[in-house]
Formats: sequence, C-alpha cells, structure tokens
Amino acid sequence: MLKARLKNLAFQLAALILAFGAVSIILISAGASPWEAYKNMFLGSFGSVRKFAEVLVAFVPLLLVTAGLLVTFSAGLWNIGVEGQVVMGAIVTTWVYRLFLESGWNPALIIVLAILGGMVGGAIWAALTGLLKTFGGVNEIFGGLGMNFVATAWTIYLIFGPWKRPGVASMSGTEPFPDEFSLPLLANLRLSPWALALGLIAIVIIYFLLQGTYFGLRLKAVGKNFRAAYLLGIPTWRYSLYSFLICGALAGAAGAVQVAAVYHRLLPSISSGYGYLGLMVAMLINYQAIWAVPVALLFAALNIGSIQLPIVMKLDSSLSGVLQGALVLFVLLMEGARQKLIKRAS
Amino acid sequence: MQIELKRIHKHFGKVHANKDINLLIPSGAIQGILGENGAGKSTLMKILSGFIQADSGSEIILDGKRITIDSPADAIRFGIGMLHQDPLDFPPMRLVDNFLLGLPGGLLLNHKKAMQDFAALAREFGFALDPESYVDTLTVGERQQLEIMRLLFLGARVLILDEPTTGISAAQKEKLFATLKKLSAQSITVIFVSHKLEDVENLCGRAAVLRGGELVGELQAPYETLKFVELMFGKVVTLGEKQSLAQEALTLSLNNVALEDARIKIKHVNLDVRAGEVIGLAGMEGSGQDLFMRACAGLARTVGGRIQFKGQNLTGKSYHTFKRHGVNFLPAARLEEALVPGLNLMEHFILAEHPSGIFIDQPAGEKLAAERIQSFNIRGGPLSNIESLSGGNQQRAELALLQTPLDLILLEHPTRGLDIESVIYIWGKLKERCQQGASIIFISSDLDEILQYSDRILVFFAGQVSNPIEASQTSVEQLGQLIGGKGWADA
Amino acid sequence: MTQETLLIGLAGVLASAAPIVFAVLGETISERAGVINLSMNGTILLSAMGGFAVAYNTNSLWLGFLAGALIGALVALIVAFASVTLQQSQVAVGFVLALTCRDLSYFLGNPYMGLTGPRLTATPIPFLSDLPIVGVLFFRQDAITYLSFISIALVWLWIYRTRPGLVLQGMGEKPAAVYIRGGNVNALRYVYTIVGGALIGLAGPAFSLAIRAGWMGTISGLDGVGWIALAITIFGGWNPARAAFGAYLFAFLQWLGLVLQSTFTEIPSQVLQVAPFPLMILTLLFVNIGNTEWVERMLALLPEPTRKFFAKLLRAMRASPPAALGAPFERD
Repeated sequence: MLKARLKNLAFQLAALILAFGAVSIILISAGASPWEAYKNMFLGSFGSVRKFAEVLVAFVPLLLVTAGLLVTFSAGLWNIGVEGQVVMGAIVTTWVYRLFLESGWNPALIIVLAILGGMVGGAIWAALTGLLKTFGGVNEIFGGLGMNFVATAWTIYLIFGPWKRPGVASMSGTEPFPDEFSLPLLANLRLSPWALALGLIAIVIIYFLLQGTYFGLRLKAVGKNFRAAYLLGIPTWRYSLYSFLICGALAGAAGAVQVAAVYHRLLPSISSGYGYLGLMVAMLINYQAIWAVPVALLFAALNIGSIQLPIVMKLDSSLSGVLQGALVLFVLLMEGARQKLIKRAS
Repeated sequence: MQIELKRIHKHFGKVHANKDINLLIPSGAIQGILGENGAGKSTLMKILSGFIQADSGSEIILDGKRITIDSPADAIRFGIGMLHQDPLDFPPMRLVDNFLLGLPGGLLLNHKKAMQDFAALAREFGFALDPESYVDTLTVGERQQLEIMRLLFLGARVLILDEPTTGISAAQKEKLFATLKKLSAQSITVIFVSHKLEDVENLCGRAAVLRGGELVGELQAPYETLKFVELMFGKVVTLGEKQSLAQEALTLSLNNVALEDARIKIKHVNLDVRAGEVIGLAGMEGSGQDLFMRACAGLARTVGGRIQFKGQNLTGKSYHTFKRHGVNFLPAARLEEALVPGLNLMEHFILAEHPSGIFIDQPAGEKLAAERIQSFNIRGGPLSNIESLSGGNQQRAELALLQTPLDLILLEHPTRGLDIESVIYIWGKLKERCQQGASIIFISSDLDEILQYSDRILVFFAGQVSNPIEASQTSVEQLGQLIGGKGWADA
Repeated sequence: MTQETLLIGLAGVLASAAPIVFAVLGETISERAGVINLSMNGTILLSAMGGFAVAYNTNSLWLGFLAGALIGALVALIVAFASVTLQQSQVAVGFVLALTCRDLSYFLGNPYMGLTGPRLTATPIPFLSDLPIVGVLFFRQDAITYLSFISIALVWLWIYRTRPGLVLQGMGEKPAAVYIRGGNVNALRYVYTIVGGALIGLAGPAFSLAIRAGWMGTISGLDGVGWIALAITIFGGWNPARAAFGAYLFAFLQWLGLVLQSTFTEIPSQVLQVAPFPLMILTLLFVNIGNTEWVERMLALLPEPTRKFFAKLLRAMRASPPAALGAPFERD
C-alpha cells in the first residue's frame, strides 16, 4: 500500500520535472533564462500585497468554475461549454444591473439580484447543452463548444448594439456602472472579500456535496456506470441535467463576479478564458475537490505572475498557459504510463 | 487439408480453458465440435484461427507440417478461415466493399472486377446477394454467405464456423448445409462448432465433444443421440431432496406477449408465475431467453400482449416502475451492468436503500454494510471497492443489494463461474426469499442447476418457447435434446 | 453588385475556405481511423506561427508550409501516443494540447508580431483562367488554394477508391474485423493520425502565409477556427466531400456577413461575422437528432405520408460517427 503510494508520488514528481524541463527548453530556445523567468513569475504574483491581491482576483472565478466542473466530471460529463456559461453569467448580471440602475433601490439588493441573475443565466445556458445532449443526441463537447461561440457572439452584439456606450461602441465594453454598484472592495485593491468568500464557500459546499450527500453519491454512480446506476434505480438522465445546472450556476457566478467586482461592465472577453482554465485545473487535480484550492491558486498565480514578463523580460505572458498546459499534459502522460506498467506487471 | 492438433493447452490466468486436446481432422471432412457454453470450443477455434495463441508445447500440424499461427492474417495465409458467431463485417458498408476489404491487390480498387468475382462466386453457391446493398440490411444468414464467399476467395482450404445456425432461418440453414457439403466434396475441410445436436447429426460425418476444456469423446456417424447428451452434459447426477415453495397467489402473468430485437422474434408467450415459485430458463445463449427476461423487468419493450404484475397492468412501463412494484433484475455482466466500479460496498448498499435525506449518515451506512457483509458472508470490508472483490463475493454483494420487500427476482446466470460452495450459498439465500413469497426467474446454461432449483422450466430454441415443463418430470437428456432443437413436436 | 464583383467575391470565398478545408480533411482522416484529434484549435495557431516564422527566416514559402505540416504531425503524434499506446482519454489529451499549443504559439510568436514576411500570391493558370466564370472562380487562385482543391479530390479518392482507404473506412467501424483481415490497427491509427495532423498543420500557414499574411498573436483572429473545423467535420458526416462543402458553406456565410454589413450598417460587423456559429449548432442538432430514440418514437405516431417524408429528411441529414471512434483497440 505504502509502496504503491510512493510509486504514485514518483510518477507525479517525474511529471512535474518533465513539465518544467520542457518549458525550460522552450524558454532557452526563445533566448531567455528559465531561472529569471520563473523568478519573475514568482515575484509577479507573490512579490507584494497588491500583486497577491490580483492573484486572488483571478483565483475567485477560477475556483468557482473548477467547483462547478467537479460536479459535471463526477457525472461523467465533459462540460467544455463552461466558458460560455461564464459569459452568459456576465451577460445576465449586466442585464440585471441595467434593469435596476435607475430604480433607486438599495445598491446592495441590486448587487445580490445581479449575481443571482448571473447564476441563473449560467445554469440555463448549461441546461441547454444538457438538453441538446439528452434529447438532441448532440455530444456535450460539441454542443458546449457551439454554445460558447453563441455566448461570445451575443456579448459582442450587446456591446456593439443595444448596450453600446454613448458615443462610439468599442471593444472596451459597455459603460461602467457607478462605484456604489460594485461588490465592496478592499482599499485600493480590486479584490472583493465577498467574492473571495463566495468562491471558498462554493468549493466547500461542492466538496461536501460530492463527499457527504446522497445526491453526490448518486451523481458519482451515474458518472462511473450509467447503466448500473439506472438498474440501481437512479433516474440517470435527470441527474445529468442537475449536474449541468449546478455547474452552470457556479460558472455564472464566476461571470457575475467578473462584472460585479472586477470590471463593472460587460467586456468582449469577460471570461478571460477561466472556463477552459478551470477544465485544466480539474484534470490536474484528477477531479478531487480537496486539491482545488491550492491548484487553482497556483494557476491564478501563474497567470498574474506572467503579466510581468513582457515588461521585464520582453517575453509573452502566455508562458503561464504553456506551463499550465505542460503540467497537465505530463501528468496525464505519466498516469497513462503508470497504468500501462501496472497492467504489464499483472 | 488435414489438420492435426497435438497437446493443445491454453490458460487464461488461473482458468485452464483447453486441457491437452488431441484431434485429427482428415482433409475434406465435416468435423463437428460439440459442447456446452464454456466447454472450451471457442478457445480451441480461436487458437486455430490465430486470434489467440496456445500455451507453448501445443502443436498444430497442417498436412504433416508443423506451423505457428500468430494472427488471423497468418491463419488465412495457411488457408484457415473462420466465420465468427457475431459476423466480423462492416454493417454500414456495401457488400462489395466488405468483400474487397482485406483482399490483396493493387492500390486502386477495381470494383468492376470485384463485382464479377462476386457474381461468379454467388452464382456458384446459389447465393442471392446484391453487391450494391448494405450489410446492415442483411440477415445473419446472408452475412454468413458473404463471409464464406470472402474466405473462399482468399483461398481458404479449412473453414471454421462458430455456431453458424444461431439466428438464421430454416431455409437458410438448409442452404448453408448444402454449401458446406459441396465444399467438403471439393476437399475443403469444414469445422462446424455447435451446441445443436440435430445440426451436427445432420451435417457432420464425425464429431468431437468437449466438456470442461477437455476432449471427452469422438463419435462417427451414424450417431446415438443419448451418447451425445451423456458426453456433453456428463453423467446424470442424482438430484438432492428438493421442495417446492410455490404458493397459490399469482405474481407475474404474461398474456400472449410478443417480443422482438435485431436477432430474434418471440411470439405468443403465456406464463403465470406463482408466489414462491422458481422458473428456470434453459437454452443456448442467444436463443431468446435474455430478451424474455428483460421484458419481464420492463427493460425490453414488448411488441404485443400484456404483462400483469400482481393484478396490475405494467405493459410498456419502465424498469423503475417495475422496481417500485417489487421487481429486481440482476444482470450477468456484474461489473458492466450491475455494480459501479470505483464505489465501495457501503456506497452500493446506501444507493440500493434509496435514502431520502440529504447528508449521508455514515455510521448508519457502515452499520448497514457491516450487517449485510456478515449476513451474506462477503469477504471484504465496507470500504472495499467493488471491483477488488472476487467474482463470488461480487455475486453475493449483488444479492445483498436486493430490496425488501420483493416479489420477483430476475437473475441472469446467478452462479456462473462460481465455486460450488458459493453456488450452494447463493441458492440458499434465494430460497429464503422464496419462503417470503418472492418468485424467481433465472437463466442458466447449467442444466443440473436448472433441474435442481426450478419448479418449472421454459426451454428456448431460436426464439421458440416451450410450454412450462415440470422439473420433476423431466431429465437432463430431455432438456438437452430440446435445447439442441430436437423433440419440439411434443414440447 | 455586378456579376464581376460577385464572381470575385465567390472566388475569395473559395480561397478563404482553404485552411478550413485542410483542417476538416485532416480531422476526417484521423476520426475515420478512430482517433479524435481535439487539439486542432491549438495546432492551427501553432503551425500558423511556426510556418510564418520559418518562411520569414528562410524567405522560403515552401519551407514555411512544410514547417506547418510538420508541427501538425508532431502534435498528432502526441495525441496518437497518448491515446493508442497509453490508452488515455483522447478528449482530455486533445483538449490540453489545444490550449497549450495556442499559448505556445503566442509565446514563441512574440518576436514575429506584426512583421511583414513572404506572402503567397495568385498564380493564374494559363488558358483555364481565361474561361468565363469558371476561370475567375477556380483558376486565378494561389498555389495553396489549388492544393486545397486537389486535397479534397485526393482524400475522397483515397477513402472511397483505394484498397488502403477501404481499410481506413473499416477501421473506424470495427477494428477487430480489420484485424482479422490482416490490418495492423494500432500502427495504422498512428499513421492516419499523423497524416491527418499534417493536413491540419497545413491550415496554419494557409492563413499566415496567404489569406491573413503575417503573425498577429492574439489578434490574429485565428483562435476558434479549429473548434469550428471540428464542428464542420461532424457536419460533414466523416465524408471528405461533404466536410469540404461545409467549409465552403461556412466561408460563404462569413463573406455574406461582410456583404450584408455594407447594406445593413446598423448591425455591428462582429455579429454578422459570428452568425455562422449558431447555424453550426443547429446543423449539428439536425445531423444528430435522427439518432435519438424519442424522435423515432415520435415519428411512429405520425400519419404514413408525413412520417415517410420526415424519416427520409432525417436520414438524409443524419451522420453517424464511426462506431469505434475514441475506443482503444486491443487484440484479445
């Protein structure tokens, strides 16, 4: 037992070394010092309070999305449409804001309504993918991808059409809301403790949902063996839809936070790719909720730390994506190699 | 072509699937290979056709020359072609393309020539196949004809047919037999693998019987049917004391039920099952009993008739409705259909209880699991993952998952692959349920098991269903004949 | 709009569809062999960048295209290794590669941003280009567009008219049946995944050295093309000719969006450019819906003539994926 665990660890360590090795080679071939690059990324994310606050700003939506994806992965579904669900959350949040901006209601109430609206928006968008799968026979990967494009197109339509800024519409998004409609932020930072709390509460709830409830247990049964779950009396397709709804709501919350706490308006790329990044986090942690916080934090730190690179080292900030991808890829490959070895041994 | 098999052994892990098989098949013979499911026929034929390799020390000698067959492609190069029970063809493709696929030749396909070859072969054997039509529109019999043509065109001098008469019509069977006799006259060796006595008697000049992985006897035409049955099913065992627990009340009644799937059609089934009664379904695999059983659980749709359960009409209802009314189905494929690999025993027991709360009551779950594990004698702890258990323990776990109260249990091969101790244990548990008034319908390929535990027996043969037979008034011989398609006039 | 400008516009559609044509052909081959190459979106970006960088440094367009194809083949090799040899989820590996290759292209392409490099120009074909209508449409294109035409024909011929192509058809359906006919399924899967990957890789330089010459990083507008190509592959029902038709339809719709925009100035241009995407979902729905059980059950309720009509319609639209798509093959 212990030996198997050590072996497991060795494979994971090897994956880590291979990932950093590969990225180092890429850096050297780009004429940069790997050590400098890693150092700058670290300083760029943990070098000051302001920088770490930015890491947390990125951490919140990533954590929310990851929490949602843990549910769909548990149900055996590849919810690649999560990106569009984030976008739809942002759209509906903005819509609710616009609806009540002039109402004279208490801003706090409006903020809550807007975020709830975002969650509903994300959930509905996810449910559409779920219905396409259940009743249309469209695989959730392709349905989800299509829904992502539609969501993005819709954002752009709104920004350049009905919701355009007074004067000229541009890629810089809709007119920002007044400050009092923002989730309260820490002084001089973009970080909202409320948003951070929302993210942490979400992952804790999902952890318990999956580990400690009958619902989570049934969901896992559906994900691991659809047929046997049905024979055990679980209404399988309904559980698939539930998982889409939950994931969509959390992704929608991520989009809502982007609007309500970070940008205060709708942007063409409001999701910042957190949907896809969340899929990577979920794969890297092998779908175990317990690891979501540290890994999402690491990925957020890589994203923020790499913002430094163009200024300090004239390197593109997409290095973070390369490093994240290399980590996931090598972990997957080493896992495959490990299974292959076990099989050969038996 | 003459084939000689010498000292063929094959192990799959601990299972000894072929034990020291020695057999000589003369050139141009039609050799029957008979045996029950699991007797080792398929393994032997897979070895001969290169699909798997025998253990070292085994020898295959072709026309006096020792050969090694590493792959099916090798086998066909040596002139050995095999017709698989589930035809290995390409349903969405045209016949001519199926015919062409794998034939040697230049880069470009010559459809015109292929059509001519196809037509010539089809004419020679009198097969009415349209090369332009698609394989998924063909019957199983026609797909066999296509495969035979392809193998002969590839130069096969030995033709192995695995259960070829399953799922084909009587007319197609006649056609097939005529073809095989013609081939034999052209000194092509035919190996005919079957469990159907009648077919082997009608077609094969010689037959070898396998049982439990061993070659238990060789016979030559004309045959004595009784001798066959004895060889196939072993000596008739004396049955232990058995008592019927059947009561008066009806649980399930089928009224003129008709069923259909891609392979088989079943018509006009009438059956009344009483509380506490055990019904055994006998027949070779794929004869219709699996479809019948799934229909009794609401898992296969009926195309006619009524299914009534304790006076309520459940025709066309889903399995979940049946389940709510007290029907449980236990499939044979344990890890594929019945259990969830990756979940542990406790989680299975919890799921089966359909708890209504929100949070898992861990202590209660563990207590429940510990109880069930003890009362069903399962070797494993509450937290053992289901796939880590042995087959016998998985089967006990399945039984432990049955709900209470329960009125009808449907089981596919409840004791297949289990040791005798497990078998006795499992039937003990099932009989307890009967005592509580549950009826049981089960499928088994073990005739002794069927005779031992059933009150009444239905025999299935190619979609035909016999009238219920009283277990006390029949024998392994009679059942064996019925399963093999003989003696149906009075069944 | 005069006939002349219409013709030139349509000729432009044929040219601008060329990269997508390569991508859908490559994916079709790979999926026919049973391997989903989900990395396509990243592969196209990386090969666009790599192709441009090589062409810029060597001043050879030819080497640029070669580099693109090699990059595509290399990424496909990883997909094949992970799915065929290690038997890992094709979706997971492909998805990771899609994101990683995209970011890698931005990272490595940074120094090449906005540079002017070599660009493929049109090579009218003597005599043929003077033909009315056809000449303008087909014979005044650049070399890579000609190659896209030829590729459609070649891939189609390979799949439907050659012996190895027949084996390829069978491989996606029932690998075991290919195996008993002497085919080495896993080796062939490697070959076709890599060849398909090379075709996908050609799509990159077809953008960066021809249609949208140059490398513009994140604003290249190439992010997303690969996902579209994936949808078009399904729309194409794994038939190269139908897939190519899908690519042309997509390019045509995009062009139509631009044309309409000059007429309806109040609709933002970005919206019309993305209009094909929702249409793609609808087509996917129509392509798939005929495969679902409830539709069959609904059809059974309709009166006879209507039922026949709808059944025919659905069957014509329907495309079933290769039965063994995504499933690893092991000989017993």
